[in-house]
Amino acid sequence: MAKPRVKVPKSATAGEVVTIKTLIDHKMDSGQRKDKAGNLIPRKIINSFSASFNGEEVINVKLEPAISTNPYFQFSFKVPETGDLAFKWVDDDGTVTETKKTITVE
Amino acid sequence: MKLTRRNALALGGAAIAVTLVPVNATFAATDLTMADIAAFTGGAEVGEGGIELTTPEIAENGNTVPIAFSAPGAKRVLILADGNPSPGVATFSFSELAMAEGSTRIRLATTQDVIAVAEMADGTFTKVSKSVKVTIGGCGG
Repeated sequence: MAKPRVKVPKSATAGEVVTIKTLIDHKMDSGQRKDKAGNLIPRKIINSFSASFNGEEVINVKLEPAISTNPYFQFSFKVPETGDLAFKWVDDDGTVTETKKTITVE
Repeated sequence: MKLTRRNALALGGAAIAVTLVPVNATFAATDLTMADIAAFTGGAEVGEGGIELTTPEIAENGNTVPIAFSAPGAKRVLILADGNPSPGVATFSFSELAMAEGSTRIRLATTQDVIAVAEMADGTFTKVSKSVKVTIGGCGG
């Protein structure tokens, strides 16, 4: 099971631009590789990553097989108010992995 | 200048040269890459520059090549790897809360160009490309 890791600041000032780092464990089988017997390993990747703040989408990424194993994303956004930053990864097989972090505006 | 047969031919030749040169000189990409760019832009004209694309000059391991981009004012950014079996890498969409920048790690099969195409808030498109030398490819096996 994919295990996500995210780095989000606990607090910010209103309007501050913060940098977010995310990483999720996933093999990202590209569908190009072969196993030891020479059979093609079928494609199985995370095809979508998104982050939303208090329900409003911040960033959305469509992933192709050329994204490395354990997909890593860094992005930055302007914090308008105290709220939850919710992350979502979607696997080819439909599995959804989610995690959430609260940012407090002082 | 009198319009003689010779002058007319010279003018025509010059006109053809002018129309051909920019297409060939600025961008030599594979058909697959061109098709992906056309799908992203809807066939609109694509300018140059306006995006800062950071890639390593030499990537020892093609399995995980760090890339970063910053395209101030962009709504969407498409990343392509021209020399991969399939050029698509990722498409980023930014809301008004987000800065139009990001970084990730990608796979490169061989030495090639990495291309970023951005759709600006006013609906125009722009692109940049960077060459990356790859020592060990990241798609084989």
